[in-house]
Amino acid sequence: MTRPLRVLVAKPGLDRHDRGAKVIARALRDAGMEVIYTGLHQTPAEIVAAAVQEDVDLVGLSILSGAHMTLVPRVIQGLREAGAGDIPVVVGGIIPPEDAEELKKAGVLEVFGPGSSTEAIVDFVRREIGGRVNALG
Amino acid sequence: MAIRQQAPGQGPQAESRPEAEGGLRKPRFLTRSEMEVPAFVRPEQLAEEGFDYERDLGDPGEYPFTRGIHPTMYRGRLWTMREFAGFGDAAATNRRFHYLLEQGQTGLSVAFDFPTLLGYDSDAPVAEGEVGRMGVAVDTLADMERLFEGIPLDRVSTSMTINGPAMILFAMYLALARKRGIPFDRLNGTIQNDILKEYTAQKTYIFPIRPSLKIITDIMAYASEEVPRWNTISISGYHIREAGATAVQELAFTLADGFTYVEEGIKAGLDVDRFAPRLSFFWDIHLNFFEEIAKIRAARRIWAREMRERFGARNPRSWTMRFHSQTAGVSLTAQQPEVNIVRTAFEALAAVLAGTQSLHTNSFDEALALPTEEAVRLALRTQQVIAEEIGVADTVDPLAGSYYVEWLTNRMERAAYDYFRRIEAVGGVVAGIEKGFFQREIADAAYRQQLRLQSGEEVVVGVNKYVLEEEQPPRILRIDPAVEREQVERLRRVRAERDPRAVAEALERLERTAREGGNLMPALVEAASVYASEGEMADALRSVYGVYREEPVF
Amino acid sequence: MASAGAEPARRAAEGWAERLLAGEKRALARLITLIEERDPAASDVLRLLHPRVGQAHVVGVTGAAGAGKSTLITALARELRARGPSVAVLAVDPSSPLTGGALLGDRIRLGDLSTDPGLFFRSFASRGHLGGLSRAVADAVRAVDAAGYQAVLVETVGAGQSEVEVSELAHTTLVVLAPNLGDDVQAAKAGLLEVADVFAVNKADLPGARETAGEIRAMLGLGPARPWTPPVVELSARTGEGVAGLLEALERHRDFLVASGRWGEKLRRSAAHQLRDLLGEELLRAALARLEAEGSWQAWVEAVARRERDPYTLSEELARRLLAGATGRPRGEGEARGL
Repeated sequence: MTRPLRVLVAKPGLDRHDRGAKVIARALRDAGMEVIYTGLHQTPAEIVAAAVQEDVDLVGLSILSGAHMTLVPRVIQGLREAGAGDIPVVVGGIIPPEDAEELKKAGVLEVFGPGSSTEAIVDFVRREIGGRVNALG
Repeated sequence: MAIRQQAPGQGPQAESRPEAEGGLRKPRFLTRSEMEVPAFVRPEQLAEEGFDYERDLGDPGEYPFTRGIHPTMYRGRLWTMREFAGFGDAAATNRRFHYLLEQGQTGLSVAFDFPTLLGYDSDAPVAEGEVGRMGVAVDTLADMERLFEGIPLDRVSTSMTINGPAMILFAMYLALARKRGIPFDRLNGTIQNDILKEYTAQKTYIFPIRPSLKIITDIMAYASEEVPRWNTISISGYHIREAGATAVQELAFTLADGFTYVEEGIKAGLDVDRFAPRLSFFWDIHLNFFEEIAKIRAARRIWAREMRERFGARNPRSWTMRFHSQTAGVSLTAQQPEVNIVRTAFEALAAVLAGTQSLHTNSFDEALALPTEEAVRLALRTQQVIAEEIGVADTVDPLAGSYYVEWLTNRMERAAYDYFRRIEAVGGVVAGIEKGFFQREIADAAYRQQLRLQSGEEVVVGVNKYVLEEEQPPRILRIDPAVEREQVERLRRVRAERDPRAVAEALERLERTAREGGNLMPALVEAASVYASEGEMADALRSVYGVYREEPVF
Repeated sequence: MASAGAEPARRAAEGWAERLLAGEKRALARLITLIEERDPAASDVLRLLHPRVGQAHVVGVTGAAGAGKSTLITALARELRARGPSVAVLAVDPSSPLTGGALLGDRIRLGDLSTDPGLFFRSFASRGHLGGLSRAVADAVRAVDAAGYQAVLVETVGAGQSEVEVSELAHTTLVVLAPNLGDDVQAAKAGLLEVADVFAVNKADLPGARETAGEIRAMLGLGPARPWTPPVVELSARTGEGVAGLLEALERHRDFLVASGRWGEKLRRSAAHQLRDLLGEELLRAALARLEAEGSWQAWVEAVARRERDPYTLSEELARRLLAGATGRPRGEGEARGL
């Protein structure tokens, strides 16, 4: 059956710029999704716990502190250790192109740079995640 | 927003007669505060509002200071050119400071990294990956010593963008001055120390609201006696605006925060004319040229009136809204970043025409990373061109009397008072924060603006119009990951070499003072002097005050 | 999926239940998703969990929007964890009626609790149908109960009819009030009195809290004497003051339920409720399947639509015949099918 997609919007690290994360969270909600928002200053472990317990279809990380190369791989590793390595992760923020490449190699599904329109992000989520089906086990 | 409707034949909308002219290029013309912009303003419209030169403007340097706080403004002295700088460790930032001073900068402005801004040491687990990234890492007095090496503290003014742990970094600066034998009354500078906007916008709070306000009154009381030339709070609209607020919201919320500090000071038994002259402001200067200028002119008028009439200040220095400006970080684009040079130049011009006391111009590469040296130099040169080549600094408030600018200044003022009434209705600033009033207003405005951007109603050159298919990314400043490791090692060395008993005693005294409700500043200066770390001092206070957790507001 | 064959489905469900009982949060979280989607696989797991259900103390938390329910629940969870018991929180927030989307921000308050191994927190969106949701939440309560969480805190959307459903689901119904919430809350107080086992007057640091607590106590004093008089606890969830006292009140209520035999009574009531629900659903499913297999369903519908039969008599008749093993055929079947 069709159901609303569940998306976690999380802000890892110490940066406090939550304008973008909140705008994205609202846009995803207005596109009919259920958005779980974690608030600021989340550790990778907290993000993993939220993704697992909320059983989300997608984890979106918003990060502008420059610590992405430390924190994003931590989240991906944590998800794998929690048996949730199948939950896709996307990253938004100020990520230099070479870092974006490296993050994708480390398992990030997509990186959205500054100026990405919320429409493009919503379309991406629908296209890439919308087909996910539930399966036992 | 209450925009008075014009009767046919009298108003600007009617005058412009779009049908007769064959249509307009847009269905509506809005400022960034979503105010409808008239085609033009006629003198009668100002007259109808009872515009009165002496009452509403006054000469520059005279109440209500709409035209500026000094009679001669930049004919006497130019504004302070102050580029915000900080990255990596203290030594790297110290080199940048020297470079900027050599290039003609006249004041220093320190950007701290996130762990420092939030009261954590560089070796705290949450600091991992963040040390020295978005500013300079400062853990102890030892870092302060390296940060200001070769810089005469009694001859430069130093601005520190620090809020939650402002009292700790201020104490370290004072400890440094004492160590160098410089009397506190010769120190000049500013700590941002504006905690209210942290809860609504910038989010670098540590403690709950009440104890945070108590700490601020401690600083005001201490500095007015001991460090009289220090600006104890820089009441900041900048971060409110960057979080998505409109110009009107920035104006209203920031002034309301300012009034709250004044009330707290008076409640704490301080004489308003002792501390109010040391309050200064910090505004974001965005792209809508006239709106930004009108915002500042309205701010000066409102502050003067409220300080004199409502708070009974008698010292004219308490009435003047002195301010620092920064061009809008959010107006910078990652796409075609060189266009940012143009944006910043126009914003800087608006700041100068609005009468700023000091100015930071953003570097064009700051949407991508911290600025390179070349980019900062270009930003500084932009200010120097405005100051010395184009003649705008030679006369004071040249826009006064422009029908549109005065009309818009009145609109901004009226809209601010509308917000003051709404803030009053939710129970004041603190109650408004607790109820999420400001956070919700800002988030709503940010979302509406995003929708305007996506519909193309609001144009951003190079982003949603005039887009290039392929772009060559510019060279950016990269922070070596070794910085973090070295900083952590340095901190451990300091911990190993300092006098452990003196530190333990100083921290114990700090905690006791907090528990007993005494003024924290002397205990903080003592603790800083014996090389207690920022995280240790913050932890001592966390154990007494607890920590603030935000409420979800979208 | 159940349709993939009975044997593999059973084995998958067994594996899943094992992981869940071993404390794997992912398995619990996935099960709740399937429960929300009314996926048949959920029942396959829930039937295996049934023997484990019935140990947790389930507290339903209700009250007007703005009373601070979420903050209070977080404070309670923190206090419980400090004392030892494991806690599951099920927080329900409204979906947008227009888009079906929802913004769920209750986790923001968790802070470091988020990674506490003894805590499970799940946000629900109401998805536009409160009735259907309460069924999903009831099954989710069973799931976390079976998974071994000792206290379950269930938060509902605002005030309204939902508190009655909460009282069906919970052993203890906690009603949260705050001073100065306005007239509609005043009006609702009478209804809340019926369902409340414990009252919390939140925001005790604000003026008017004492008065609000006093009013409730006065209203409670008016009715006939009862075996359990709901205590009224004043507290501030924000500062944590009074939260320990509230927890003690909740525990006293649980002890009262056990000592008075009402705990067993609640279990029976809840069993009856659940059985009735499931039986009804099962009967309906079987009946429809049978009528459709016979090819008569469409004809009955037509007969009602054409006003040849009335649905009241017809449904009684069909139910009687279905239970007796024969459904017959509607009169005038030929005409109806001819269309």
